[in-house]
Amino acid sequence: MGAWIMAGVTFREAARKKLLWTALLAGVAFLALFSTGLHYQVKDLTHSSVPPLIRNQLLSAMLQVGFYAVDLLAVIMTILTSIDTLSGEIASGTIQAIATKPISRWQILIGKWMGFAGMIAAYIAVMFGGVTFVGRWIAAIAPRHAFRGGMLIFLECLLLLTITFCSGTRFSTLTNGVIALGLHGIAFIGGWLEQIGAAANSPRLVTVGVVSSVIMPSEALWRRASVEMQPSFARVLQLTPFANASAPSGIMIVYAVAYLLAAMALALYYFHHRDL
Amino acid sequence: MRKAFGSKIAVRNLSLSVARGQIFGFLGPNGAGKSTSIKMLLGLVTPTGGEALVLGAPSGDIATRRKIGFLPEDFRFYSWLSPSELLYLHGRLAGMTPSRVRERIPALLDLVGLTPHRDKRLRDFSKGMLQRIGLAQALIHEPELIFLDEPTSGLDPMGRRLVRDIIRAQRDRGATVFLNSHLLSEVEVTCDQVAFIKQGEIVASRDLRAQSQDQIRILARVRNLSPQALAGLAQWAASAQLEGERLTMTTASIGCIPEILRYIVASGADVFEFTPERVSLEDLFMKIMGEDRGL
Repeated sequence: MGAWIMAGVTFREAARKKLLWTALLAGVAFLALFSTGLHYQVKDLTHSSVPPLIRNQLLSAMLQVGFYAVDLLAVIMTILTSIDTLSGEIASGTIQAIATKPISRWQILIGKWMGFAGMIAAYIAVMFGGVTFVGRWIAAIAPRHAFRGGMLIFLECLLLLTITFCSGTRFSTLTNGVIALGLHGIAFIGGWLEQIGAAANSPRLVTVGVVSSVIMPSEALWRRASVEMQPSFARVLQLTPFANASAPSGIMIVYAVAYLLAAMALALYYFHHRDL
Repeated sequence: MRKAFGSKIAVRNLSLSVARGQIFGFLGPNGAGKSTSIKMLLGLVTPTGGEALVLGAPSGDIATRRKIGFLPEDFRFYSWLSPSELLYLHGRLAGMTPSRVRERIPALLDLVGLTPHRDKRLRDFSKGMLQRIGLAQALIHEPELIFLDEPTSGLDPMGRRLVRDIIRAQRDRGATVFLNSHLLSEVEVTCDQVAFIKQGEIVASRDLRAQSQDQIRILARVRNLSPQALAGLAQWAASAQLEGERLTMTTASIGCIPEILRYIVASGADVFEFTPERVSLEDLFMKIMGEDRGL
């Protein structure tokens, strides 16, 4: 019960952050831009003599651009809104009035996590749904496995959320931000190195990318989501930056879930044992 | 109990018992370990050594927290909440049913004088108003034991008076109040029992109800008091001192005051002033803490 009460108040707390509304506004602005771009792309392709296969490939790539922007906005919004929830409340003493109530510390932590997870789910649903709707409405294209793609993006955000929670039980807000963004930065660069390595047939570069995904599997989840959402022939053609020459396997998803659970276990352990 | 943060020892050897139904004052200079001690009793901080029983259960016991209220020092909370929303949240977290919390909220807002501000947001509250709502959240579930860490900090004289009355009302309904405060005058008129903590250790404790009968200081202005008569005062007051015409002494009982006065007059001295007064808690505090200001 205590966890649900905490989830409710945290959801409201998160939903009141200006950052969320700024991210939503940025998302709406992006959707408007994306709609306009897609509209003109469809118009130009209609008047040209591009074969249907290539036409679909180009429109699909454009859709991937849309989903990539949603992923990026959701990741940034996740990190920035949750970064101070534990460390900030521990530093200010706000947590003391809660932690002395008859609820366990794990309920406080899980409740807060659920509150943020709810807010992130709502954000992704709006933005992901928006891009899917625009794609269908303007270009009559749809992602291959929209649900899987959306869920993988959600999992990526949950992973980063859990990292900020884990780090927030130990470090100050600023340090927590550096850790979360730093880890995602490693994953991001590593992901691109793996892509370039695969395209250039450089196994060592691919290995560097895989190692970076082991250190932080967040970007690998996006790349897997991208693979799930693209038409099956897109990977073969490799005409776009989202072609995913080296797609993360299902094992990487399992690894990411295990990573999340381990980070959560660590967060619970640290939060239970630390002085408030 | 003992608590060390690395090489720094915050609480060295805390050993105390507080009887139910009393207002207990926990006094000491800054950095003496008062807040750390409270946090250990509440389970917020894990002791490095030792243990405590709070309401018969080990400190930090989750079920027992239903019976405990706590006002942290410098209370603050989500600034976007209204006072009613804050009380509702804390009532629910304390295990109350929604209907019971809703029933309690108006009475509590009235108790702490915040009814006219019930529609404001906490971000518009002054420090004193935050302390008041913090006190209300500590009382929402009618706890048996209430820990108050500097409850009057940031309050104006009217607010202090209000807090004092609330604390007494809590004792009258049978609750125990554990009070951390720097304001010795407040403690003096509120508490039944006090303990003094210095450098993480309890150095003294006093029963203030008995104190009012026991420790009496007499300030007098006398002339022609002979050294023999001064020495004779030792039968009532060991610390009698004469500087010029100024005579000061501390006696153990108010009952012997007429005898002392008769004795001085009978010795042939002229008495111009004779004022018995209770030894203030501040005097006691300074005497116990010595010159160490705790900084």
